[in-house]
Amino acid sequence: MSNIRLTSILKLSLLSAVLAFTSNVFADPVKAAFVYIGPTGDHGWTFAHDQGAKYVKEHMGDDVVITTVESVAENSDSERTITSLARKNDIIFTTSFGYMNPTIKVAKRYPDVKFEHATGYMLADNVSVYSARFYEGRHIIGKLAGKMTKSNVIGYIASFPIPEVIRGINAAYLAAKSVNPDIQIKIVWVYTWYDPGKEADAANALIAQGADIIMQHTDSTAAMTVAEETEGVYAFGQASDMGEWGPTSQLTGIIDDWGPYYLARVQAVKDGTWTSTDTFDGIAEGMVEFAPMANMPKDLASWAERTINAIGNGYIHPFTGPINKQDGSPWLAEGETPPAYPDLLTMDFYVEGIDSKYPN
Amino acid sequence: MNESLLINIIIGISIASVPLIFAAIGELVVERSGVLNLGVEGMMIVGALLGFVVQFHTGSPFIAVLAALLGGMAIASIFAFLTQFLLTNQVATGLALTLFGLGFSAFVGRGYTEETIQLITSTHIPVLSDIPIVGPLLFSYNPLVYLAFFMVYLVWWFLFKTKQGLILRSIGDNHDAAHAIGHNVIRYRVMAILFGGAMAGIGGAFLSLVQVPIWGEDMTAGRGWIALGLVVFSSWQPFRVILGAIIFGGITILQLHAQGFDIRISAQYLSMLPYLATIIILVSLRMRAKNKTNRTMPNCLGRIFHSTT
Repeated sequence: MSNIRLTSILKLSLLSAVLAFTSNVFADPVKAAFVYIGPTGDHGWTFAHDQGAKYVKEHMGDDVVITTVESVAENSDSERTITSLARKNDIIFTTSFGYMNPTIKVAKRYPDVKFEHATGYMLADNVSVYSARFYEGRHIIGKLAGKMTKSNVIGYIASFPIPEVIRGINAAYLAAKSVNPDIQIKIVWVYTWYDPGKEADAANALIAQGADIIMQHTDSTAAMTVAEETEGVYAFGQASDMGEWGPTSQLTGIIDDWGPYYLARVQAVKDGTWTSTDTFDGIAEGMVEFAPMANMPKDLASWAERTINAIGNGYIHPFTGPINKQDGSPWLAEGETPPAYPDLLTMDFYVEGIDSKYPN
Repeated sequence: MNESLLINIIIGISIASVPLIFAAIGELVVERSGVLNLGVEGMMIVGALLGFVVQFHTGSPFIAVLAALLGGMAIASIFAFLTQFLLTNQVATGLALTLFGLGFSAFVGRGYTEETIQLITSTHIPVLSDIPIVGPLLFSYNPLVYLAFFMVYLVWWFLFKTKQGLILRSIGDNHDAAHAIGHNVIRYRVMAILFGGAMAGIGGAFLSLVQVPIWGEDMTAGRGWIALGLVVFSSWQPFRVILGAIIFGGITILQLHAQGFDIRISAQYLSMLPYLATIIILVSLRMRAKNKTNRTMPNCLGRIFHSTT
């Protein structure tokens, strides 16, 4: 008796689930999913992407259903996660470099689903890539670092030796060098995107070795809190405004503004106009923004603002020749600027002058 | 290499080793009583969260550390109840505890990732802290650093100089015999588990209050597992925990400094060193145990005690 009732309940619920599913298709909200490398509370990289996802929801309301998955490791976990999302979504944003191969693999199996991979370089009919020209931001903080440092040592907390991180180091170093020929950059690789304890240890080590400017390419606010504790040390927010953690030490921060891009892409899926694209936007398009200039002389702040505008208007390119590679071999000739692909997107060398071995 | 850099490196190593010392010395007592609790990471992260949250709301480091201590104990009490009264498998329960702690703290801590707290300043002891070199090296740490070293001494004293310590060790070595002569195995083990939780909680709070004054989910980043390895590394001897913690914590700090000087050792290699060292110690312990000269591993470690009365 009870068994029969149980089966009928099961059948009913199955039926309603099917009904709900089909009615969803008719109502046609776009189902968009985001895969994050860290927790959204990192107040860095993942936080910025999540702000972008929220921006889409704000603007599209009931026309979009958003799913987010946090702290997905860049191993087989990511492939599994992307696969299960692909079964239920129209468009999937995979927001870390290490998701590149899994994204391409899953995309092959789900040709009707659109994929968007951040910071990579592998395209397919249903896979777009997008990244921001963060090196434009690095150029600004590099120049500020060159002007603000007293010890002439910049400490750089790096995560993994991937093109995006290498670009940042090179851009910051070149910019700092351009305003301060005595500048030296010390680079520490922590091999993690997110480990507040280790990031703080790295910042402390760099400060002990003479750095009075800390740059980071990791996702937590730990390094900023260390700079805040140490007199005369300045730092830059990474991916979002970290001023709250460094009221007397954040000079500015590079802010990633993914919102408008995400909105445009999800809208394109809804309108049926989505095509595979290769986006590499920067200051000009508003994808790279800055936290307010702080803790520096007024004239320096306005000079930084002018430099930002000059990059936005195309007067300055952070990589303008002549630039040699670390081993002294020429990379860019006088006045030459590099193409996005392959030079920038696959960058795997330090520029000349960086006094540190390239990690292997 | 100049003096102040050397001092800084030593201070850095001490700070990095403190969470490990707390967590490991707690687990050492637990394992000495014959219980294996793999939930150290989970108890630590809950301590880190509670320490931060209470510090944020009350602004009192003392209450914050106390809260972390109680939080660690609360989580440990779940483990104690399951393994000592319901006799569940200790390995599985401990793993569950870690997963639970990580998930629970991430969930409860959602709203706190955006908050900042005042850093707990280090102690400044007049005169002593001002002595060059020795002052900064010995007399200007956060009080918790001194507490960590004191706890190690206290645990050593308890285990080897008190009657209760002897009973606890005998329970860890042969719970049936201890039970037969009238000792309450379950009570001792529950107390040991709670102590382990309290220590792990403080270790976590040290991370979120002193080492980095922020809250971030998963911020213990595997330190609980290193602490577990550390207990084996120390071959269940309290003072060796300090040695191990300094080596394990020191590896990270020295590695970062080495990079600044452009001396490159593979980071992946270094990060597996603590575990490699633990395995080597385990093997050598086993070899020595064969000769019956020095058996330090508690005999009943991880074994379920069925009370017959």
